Amino acid sequence: MAGAVDLKDIFFVEADELLSALEEGLRAIQTGTQEADTVNAVFRAVHSIKGGAGAFDLKALVGFAHRFETVLDSLRSGRLLPEAALLGALLHASDHLADMISASRQGGSTDSELDERVILALEALSGGEGGAKEEEAFVFEPLALDGPFGMDLAAVPLVFGARKVSVSFRPHAGAFASGHDPALLLRDLCGIDEAEISLDQSALPEPGVFDPGQSYLGWVVTLQTERSDRDVMAVFDFIDGCCDLTLTGEASADPGLAPFAEPVAAPDLFAPPSLLPEARSQDPAQGAKPQNSASAATPAPSPLTQGATTTPRPTIRVDIDRVDRLVDILGELVIHQAMLTEAIEQSPGFGSVDVDRSLDQLRQLSRQIQESVMAIRAQPVKPLFDRMHRIVREASMAAGKSARLVTEGEATEVDKTIIERLADPLTHMIRNSIDHGLEKAGRRDELGKPTEGVVKLSAAHRSGRIVITVQDDGAGIDRDKVRQIAVEKGLVSATAELSPQEIDALLFLPGFSTATEVSALSGRGVGMDVVRSEIAGLGGRVGIASVRGQGTTLTISLPLTLAVLDGMVFEAAGQTLVLPVSHIIETLRPEAAMRHNLGLKDSVLDVRGRCLPLIDVGTALGFRRSLKPGEGEIVVVVERGDDGAIALMVDGIRDQRQVVIKGLEANYGQIPGIAAATVLGDGSVALILDPTDLAAAGSLPARPHISLAAE
Amino acid sequence: MRSPGYASDPDIRELVAFRTAGQDFCIDILSVREIRGWSRPALLPHAPAFVQGVINLRGAVVPILDLAKRLGLEPIEDTDRNVIIVAAIQNRTVGLLVEAVTDILSVPASGVQPTPDLASETTRNMLRGVVVQDSRLIRLLDVGQLLPQADEAAA
Repeated sequence: MAGAVDLKDIFFVEADELLSALEEGLRAIQTGTQEADTVNAVFRAVHSIKGGAGAFDLKALVGFAHRFETVLDSLRSGRLLPEAALLGALLHASDHLADMISASRQGGSTDSELDERVILALEALSGGEGGAKEEEAFVFEPLALDGPFGMDLAAVPLVFGARKVSVSFRPHAGAFASGHDPALLLRDLCGIDEAEISLDQSALPEPGVFDPGQSYLGWVVTLQTERSDRDVMAVFDFIDGCCDLTLTGEASADPGLAPFAEPVAAPDLFAPPSLLPEARSQDPAQGAKPQNSASAATPAPSPLTQGATTTPRPTIRVDIDRVDRLVDILGELVIHQAMLTEAIEQSPGFGSVDVDRSLDQLRQLSRQIQESVMAIRAQPVKPLFDRMHRIVREASMAAGKSARLVTEGEATEVDKTIIERLADPLTHMIRNSIDHGLEKAGRRDELGKPTEGVVKLSAAHRSGRIVITVQDDGAGIDRDKVRQIAVEKGLVSATAELSPQEIDALLFLPGFSTATEVSALSGRGVGMDVVRSEIAGLGGRVGIASVRGQGTTLTISLPLTLAVLDGMVFEAAGQTLVLPVSHIIETLRPEAAMRHNLGLKDSVLDVRGRCLPLIDVGTALGFRRSLKPGEGEIVVVVERGDDGAIALMVDGIRDQRQVVIKGLEANYGQIPGIAAATVLGDGSVALILDPTDLAAAGSLPARPHISLAAE
Repeated sequence: MRSPGYASDPDIRELVAFRTAGQDFCIDILSVREIRGWSRPALLPHAPAFVQGVINLRGAVVPILDLAKRLGLEPIEDTDRNVIIVAAIQNRTVGLLVEAVTDILSVPASGVQPTPDLASETTRNMLRGVVVQDSRLIRLLDVGQLLPQADEAAA
């Protein structure tokens, strides 16, 4: 049995998932894309959070969730309509619920007055239908509605209702261990309908062998309902896989059921006291039998099995540190495999077919392990994107603008570490878009744009990298203003000739901020430069493009993984370097006639009619001034981040192999043109080139943020 | 891991003494991770002259600083006999290239004298003081000064 601490951790992890389901559901209702089950799903999310919080005695959380749930219940039953104002309040309440949970996770709590304000705002809206009184009654006296079920149901004739549905429900032995509570399910199932419940306790063991952690009971519930089978089954959605469930939608009730019918609320032996006040108080009235009473077995009716639920594929939760450790070890494995291969190739006995074959298999196996580990770490960006909806809501509210977030490519999978470290930069970029990018509503109306601004967040895989864009339909960059500010702050000289791209790039300089007034969101001078350094820390790049009056697009390009890449090992100026294979288009040995000079220093290479900038790697990195005969005779054509390509001159190509990426940032700093370093088979270090950056670095002086640069 | 000297008397500092460009230096033993033989580093582009390159230290990529160049002294001979002192400086691991490690000193706090005023500004910034022992003058390096203060945002 896991300790309490572990269970609590699991609760918080699950709460996160439930919160995102909650928010997603509310958004779906807001945008009108909900399905029949969406409201139920939203209700269940809050309900589960309440249940879990009760188990850990988080009273404030339970209280809040309960009142939240009550409002959702009104929505579910159709007593409330999903109007914009109500949904806004619901979203706000869900945000606040998230805050409360994260506060509880850190052992603290939120301001109880604030809790009260948020929930009162919601309740005020939900009571606005004129049914406030009724609502209150429902909130605080759930028994009042449950009253009819408290009577002996067997005596109540089932005469009304559209049709009769019989549900047989038996939790699996381990259902309690997963936190399920049949009492709640039965209550949800009955809802506002007439119900007849019979208990099947045939599986109850002798008192001596009774294990209170196990579930022994089964129920048959016959409902007089207007709900569809699907709606009825939806009640059991979250115990899916932990119970036997059959549903028979009969035209008329089986009279044979009635004599045995005995309404029962599940014993709450295992429910913490704070979790289920209503269920507990129901017990005496309903005459629930103690679970361990060895009363005569009630034969269960044999309903037709229909709509049996499929078990979800089993998953496990693993501490990310364990996976990280696996990745580290894997990195060492790849290095040592390379060392072993090299050692064997140089030993006199080399040439044996067996050795060769084994080495080959070793190589394949280590690649398979690597792919599997990477697959473990890969996660869809959806949870990250989902978090941004809240940022947009809060930022637009604070800025007094109306904005909506549109997401695309949420299923794109990226290494978990990257996802985690993207949250801050993305938050910042989105806040920037809303704060600086979008115009105020009045101004948008004047310009004939829709009043509501749109921030579009999208993710996609592109040539071995992941590309994330944040696009707004705002005013675009005011280049004159940017330039003027940069000059005022002494970031550029007043006489400098700057291209539009260079002006845009000024936004990334430390200490730059164009907001004339400092808002709560941005304009504190730590902005895009932090975004850039954080993205660069992940081996990525940030690009900016803007069209005046139409909006700004920020593009982040990131490697798929931070651990291993396929590299081409080559020589330039006596140094061994690595190029990511994913960037390489082709290698060739050009004729002299293919090369053309442009101006004094630059030259281009004519590759089948396409003129590519020609760059000598050794010179661009500052390892040599000029080429000697025999050097730079091989050209590798690599693609650049945008659609273009560049031709790199190298001295010789040595090998193609997997290399383990070792960051330079930790001990040194960033180097223009260099993505990272790696350790080769002989134990020496080789630098991994970033061709795009190399091309850009060639035309720029060394960047000032190299942390080891001379003072 | 703690040396006996520290356990018995907190006033005694243990220092690793070494020699480069004809001068004696020392650094606190607690910042030294290991001492290893020279191996050829991979060059780093656009690096300051005193950065020799990077080497592989059991899977970690570690930059090598030529201490003589860093302090603006005469260049040292490029031989296999040079050693690298691997030191932890401000959460970074850095290798210091020196000619030879001479010994380990136990010096009471009072044994460290302030740097004489004669020294130039650059030299004085890099030193925390001097230790005189057996008619040798051993300069106590302020390792934190070897790396220029890294910009927090860029680090």
